[in-house]
Amino acid sequence: MELGAYSFGDTQLNPDGSLRSTAEAVKNLFDAIVHADSTGLDYFAVGEHHTLEMPASSPGAMIAAAAGATKQIRLGSGVSVISTDDPVRIFQQFATADAVSGGRVEITAGRGSSVESYPLFGYNLRDYEQLFEEKLELLMRVNEHEQVTWSGTTRAALKDLTVVPRPVNGSLPLWVGTGGSAPSSVRAGRLGLPISYGILGGAPHRFSALSDLYRRTAQQAGHTGPNIKVSVAALGLVAPTKDEALERFYPGWRNMHTQMGKLRGWPAPDDNAYLAQAHAPGAYYVGDPDDVAQRIVQLHGHMGHVRHFLQMDIGGLPQEHFLESLELLATEVKPRVERLLAIEG
Amino acid sequence: MVTYSNGITCCSPPPSSRHRLGYVSTSESRQDSGFRTIAVLGVGRVGSAVARTALAAGYEVRVAGSGAAEDIALLAEIVIPGARPMTVVDAVRDADLVVVAVPLSKYRSVDASALAGKVVIDAMNYWPPIDGQIPDFENDIASTSEVVRRHLSEARVVKTLNHIGYHELEDDAAPSGTTGRRALAVASDDEAAAADVRVVLDRFGFDSLYAGPLAAGRAFEPGTVIFNGSFPRDELLRELELHPHPTH
Repeated sequence: MELGAYSFGDTQLNPDGSLRSTAEAVKNLFDAIVHADSTGLDYFAVGEHHTLEMPASSPGAMIAAAAGATKQIRLGSGVSVISTDDPVRIFQQFATADAVSGGRVEITAGRGSSVESYPLFGYNLRDYEQLFEEKLELLMRVNEHEQVTWSGTTRAALKDLTVVPRPVNGSLPLWVGTGGSAPSSVRAGRLGLPISYGILGGAPHRFSALSDLYRRTAQQAGHTGPNIKVSVAALGLVAPTKDEALERFYPGWRNMHTQMGKLRGWPAPDDNAYLAQAHAPGAYYVGDPDDVAQRIVQLHGHMGHVRHFLQMDIGGLPQEHFLESLELLATEVKPRVERLLAIEG
Repeated sequence: MVTYSNGITCCSPPPSSRHRLGYVSTSESRQDSGFRTIAVLGVGRVGSAVARTALAAGYEVRVAGSGAAEDIALLAEIVIPGARPMTVVDAVRDADLVVVAVPLSKYRSVDASALAGKVVIDAMNYWPPIDGQIPDFENDIASTSEVVRRHLSEARVVKTLNHIGYHELEDDAAPSGTTGRRALAVASDDEAAAADVRVVLDRFGFDSLYAGPLAAGRAFEPGTVIFNGSFPRDELLRELELHPHPTH
């Protein structure tokens, strides 16, 4: 089981609650990835959001920078909103970072949970489905082939054009990111792509029906082998004790929900909901190393996922708590997860 | 406020439509709407959860996506075990109740002729921060279900199930009579259809309140207290009275 983190960038707050600079947030994120690498964490994913609170808008640029500054960690996007970008350009950016890193770079393609990128890049939400379907197909094609021929309705056709650089290991691992709609699981299974579930609330084990659906669909479509695999992205924070974890994560969680609530018409954050989600069988992996390890392994029993990665830095989480959590995940949670998985066979 | 002899209370409408409430039926005294078969259009998160809830409540359930039945056969088998995958036309043909749970941006793709005369639950929401702006709804002062009803012009449209999270639908269901049982609001211009739907909601595991005509559905659209919260019947009643959304 690989463990890791993902981030949309987290702009720090001044004492009066106002936002500090987005440039600082990007530098903090870079430092965190370098730190995660040095502690032995397996995976780090970046972006993409386009807000003052979450400014990691350019996963490809951040991953390229991190590729040159890290030694072992795998780097990916979480997710690349391919619907509003050019798949050829995304591939080139990630393949470039892959070359710099010596073959540690992946792409997770998704539609994103918000729609800020549509007006930003001049796309129409009317084309939501078609943009994603076509661009995913094109991204798969440039990932597999050096010479690309493709035509569709969402961008100009490609006729036997060269797309470089080529990935170190032949192609980049290309995942589909989903929030848990059944048709998305069917899509990934039919395409034979690995799938990454963003489990942001509710009871995570409920997603086991979706991962079953994904695997069965892939099997029916004739896709077998190591590419048929599942990862899980969720909120969480590791601290030396459960109480510290709950206290450290809460203010940022509250800030994020208050801020997004204004935007999306959500209710005021509910402290009881926070506590419920932060304990088994909830979806927030907030706890001490034992607690987080046990809950990851419990979910593994339901979903058989190969990677579990956490969004820790939200709502102005102090950077030192972020760094400590990354370190604890790598040095304390990981060995516990491995031990528990070995026991459970 | 109207309190019936059986202890069932129904909310007052905004003053401009108060007269309509005189026709509120004592629907909850009815034990059975006679509904046996429910068709759920849409197999995303909401549609799947509604279909599972209907199965758990003992209904015969058909589900349909946008295409052929075999496209969703495996999905239905694993995610909605017990539901029969069908095309939209087949699914609704002899269904007693149809639940429309497709993304609102696709509401015009729902075959209005197939739904003529049917009791139809509109479980959809207009939520621009998530789904982007849709001109049909952005440029209209009507409630979203009224806009939907214009398309489904011959259907007996009922707005409900839009203001409960898809995972809450399964988590919060409770037997009739349970203390603090969650209540859902129901709006429709067709009061008989609303009454039938309330019987179904009861079997799903929820109390309900008739909020008035479709225009009153604004009171539980995204951004409202009711949309954001979870209320037993007496509290839902208070919220409906505190936040009247006048008809136009």
